[in-house]
Amino acid sequence: MVAEPVDVAVIGAGPAGLACATRAAQAGLSVVLLDEQETVGGQIYRAIERSDAQRREILGPDYVAGAALAAEFARSGAAYVPNASVWQVTRERSVHYLKDGKVGSFEAKRVVLATGALERPFPIPGWTLPGVLTAGAAQILLKSAGEVPMEPPVLVGCGPLLYLLGWQYVRAGVPIRALVDTTRNDDRWRAKRHLLSALRAWPDLRKGLQLIRTLREAGVPIHEAADDLRIEGAPGEDGTERAHALSFSVRGVPQRIEANVILLHQGVVPNTQFSWSLRAAHRWDDAQLCFTPQTDSWGELDVTGIFVAGDGGGIAGAKAAQAQGEVTALAIIAQLEAIDQATRDRAAGPLLRRLADARRIRPFLDSLYRPRDENRVPQDDVVVCRCEEVSAGEVRRIVALGCEGPNQAKSFGRCGMGPCQGRMCGLTVTELIADARKVPPASVGYYRIRPPIKPLTLGELAGE
Amino acid sequence: MNSAVANEADVLVIGGGLHGSSSAFFLASRGARVTVLEADYVGRHASGVNAGGVRTLGRPLPEIPLALMSREIWHNIVETIGDDAGFVASGQMKIAESEAELDECRARVALLEAHGFAHEKIIDRASVLELEPALAPHVTGAIWVEQDGYALPYRTTAAFRRAAQAREAVFHEGTPVQRIEQRGERWYAQTPSGTFSAGHLVVTAGAWAGELAQQVGEPVPVYPEGLMLMVTHRVAPFCRSTLGATGRPLSFKQFDNGTVVIGGKLIGIADLPGRHGEVDFARLVRSANTVVDLFPHLRHLGINRAWAGVEALTSDSLPVISPSRRASNLTYSFGYCASGFQLGPGCGKLVSELVLDGVASLPLDAFAIDRFGAVATA
Amino acid sequence: MTSKPLFRVLAPLAPAVADATVQIWFNDQPLDVPGGRSVAAALLAAGVQRFRATPVTGAPRGPYCMMGACFECLVEIDGVPSRKSCLVTVQDGMRIHSQEGARDLPFDADQASPHATQENAHGR
Repeated sequence: MVAEPVDVAVIGAGPAGLACATRAAQAGLSVVLLDEQETVGGQIYRAIERSDAQRREILGPDYVAGAALAAEFARSGAAYVPNASVWQVTRERSVHYLKDGKVGSFEAKRVVLATGALERPFPIPGWTLPGVLTAGAAQILLKSAGEVPMEPPVLVGCGPLLYLLGWQYVRAGVPIRALVDTTRNDDRWRAKRHLLSALRAWPDLRKGLQLIRTLREAGVPIHEAADDLRIEGAPGEDGTERAHALSFSVRGVPQRIEANVILLHQGVVPNTQFSWSLRAAHRWDDAQLCFTPQTDSWGELDVTGIFVAGDGGGIAGAKAAQAQGEVTALAIIAQLEAIDQATRDRAAGPLLRRLADARRIRPFLDSLYRPRDENRVPQDDVVVCRCEEVSAGEVRRIVALGCEGPNQAKSFGRCGMGPCQGRMCGLTVTELIADARKVPPASVGYYRIRPPIKPLTLGELAGE
Repeated sequence: MNSAVANEADVLVIGGGLHGSSSAFFLASRGARVTVLEADYVGRHASGVNAGGVRTLGRPLPEIPLALMSREIWHNIVETIGDDAGFVASGQMKIAESEAELDECRARVALLEAHGFAHEKIIDRASVLELEPALAPHVTGAIWVEQDGYALPYRTTAAFRRAAQAREAVFHEGTPVQRIEQRGERWYAQTPSGTFSAGHLVVTAGAWAGELAQQVGEPVPVYPEGLMLMVTHRVAPFCRSTLGATGRPLSFKQFDNGTVVIGGKLIGIADLPGRHGEVDFARLVRSANTVVDLFPHLRHLGINRAWAGVEALTSDSLPVISPSRRASNLTYSFGYCASGFQLGPGCGKLVSELVLDGVASLPLDAFAIDRFGAVATA
Repeated sequence: MTSKPLFRVLAPLAPAVADATVQIWFNDQPLDVPGGRSVAAALLAAGVQRFRATPVTGAPRGPYCMMGACFECLVEIDGVPSRKSCLVTVQDGMRIHSQEGARDLPFDADQASPHATQENAHGR
């Protein structure tokens, strides 16, 4: 593998990656932006360049804002490598990727990880049945393929993304069977503590309220304070089991809604695969109930020359990600001496204020939409490791045998050893073990993440 | 943090890997009060992450009697420690890919026979392909050892640990030993959790043993290497034996669950103070090439994960299994050069003999700590 | 094996050329699917719900995250197993098979040996 030298390698073409690559390239640095998809936008602005007027109308103004970002990137002079699956980033800043079946690599002076967020796992009974998807998946189908559920779906969980999806479906004329919201009055009371800062983010707050109002006005049945979520399966026309109904209870009263598309969402969490694989320091964020990589105010990890920008450093949304991308770019431009520190700080000032503004509503949202304990640390019969079909009960059994952390759990059984490399189960297993041992998640830690971060076959590695 | 002397035991074992756990087991089985001090957790390093080969094939001559004795224990592992450790006697094969390589194999087997060892046998191409039909047709023959196989490394280590604990051995994890010291006839090991003492000290600290030997004044040319392995996604069963190759480094086995573990003395990066092994993917290319050459149909098989374990290599590729030559009541068992897994059960028994009887039941001269001559200390 | 689709394509105001129907094969049956999208999206719109069976218990699975993180949408495309169908663009003529258990990589499709017709890897 002959490595190509570059000043800055940016991984991920969402708002943080686009903004960072654009700014760095505009400053005259050699920049490459690698992304797994065919076109820029990441998840939030997915397929933005290909979307037509009808789709943009449905998806709303926040989505459309991504178009300007994509256009500026296209003009910036940064190199763009789409359909590239980055499978390793080393501490020495080699970036190894796979494209069209061939491996390639860059040697970068600086690396920016802008790989965004993942849906938080939602381990409830029946969540592995065909027909159960995440709200994010439904949005991707809408954005990139213009597809919506054939029959009215049920939306389950909590959080702005769930309501946004509902709002987008209403605009698209898609009937929604029900919104089953796990938010309780307790959550609202707790969130009131942060109401003052939320009110300072009034535009965001109002946007959120409008989403829910639209759903109510469209007559979508909304069930709140839902507990005991359970997805039932039944054989479909072809005989295989698939999602058939959602049962739950509200203040002890059981409910059951039939649907063959059930969309789950209880927040997003940082995608930390690369940062863990670099053995960067992480901290457990108790407000967001996830691990976030520790960075300085410019986004640099405790691994020299490697930065995190965007939701991968902590969930704050697209606007914050964009501002952060620019802030990180400024830090790098100064480090590579294309500007001095005074210039950097001057330019960073307004961006850091914009970042603070975008983050203002987070404590309120994190508190209001804190996912329920029972939906994060499930009962014994629930599959937590989807790849290897390991149940919560199995993990508890292993803890009783003396296993103290997720890596020992991997060695005792197969939990976490499947192809998804813990993306679907990591946080669940950490919290399960913490709960069983009665210690904080921070002391339990997370899976040891090893490359390849994305799939690589023996033939591709061999260079066939 | 208390500085008072803790836990008066008969034997202190430093290093809770397979060799430490096995030594503790055999010592405790003979009534010794054993305390094991482990810096991370039992089986965290080489013991828990190696390829799992239970191999007498290809051993340096001096190791062969030890390996054959250890193999007896493997074949009776359930009776010994109450756990099958995932051991499968799948047989081990070392493939030749040319006539010249097959000649090398023949010479090797002849040498062994001259020394009275008959466990390695030459098999011809037809026999190889009958045993492993998925192999590429260019193979010319192989060395075959029917009673070898593989086991699960972490499980094996954990099982020896549990069996030792069942015989009253005590394990302290998260307890790194910073300093060892002999006062009179007793040994003292200082850790952040306090000082431990015992009449006898056993050092089974793998890649970290060199530092301890240095403290005693008998430095050893042992150095760490981060040896790399990869495990693939599951694939339908196609290979039963464990494979090696003659002309290029390879260790290859398919487990019951369909995943394939691939290795072969490929060197990554060992970070000794950081207690971590790092993968150098460029070097793994060689491994991938070897596999695809030997099993062309695997080119579409995905690599799930690659990792590097911290192994201890010595300058003559033989371990140190030896009483100290500088101090009394001190026994070493380390430096297994990435070949220590199969030897774990047997060498644990030999260590217990050295400690309790003062002499081992097999010749250990080749493994003496003072065999190296003048050693430049790092 | 198809059923009534779980997803449908929103009627576009101006049909894009890229979205025109393409013909593929799914488990050796011809299937018309909308083009210009991922294989996963195309299959979902064409009535396929079960993309694979798990290696451990043979449980049926379909797409979950649609962004390459969950590995549930794995199918075999044109002879190459374990492709993430949510990240591959559907093309006319593609031969797609559901992935049954551990990926099947027969080492010699012609040879009539006991291994050539691998037992289904369910339960492995």
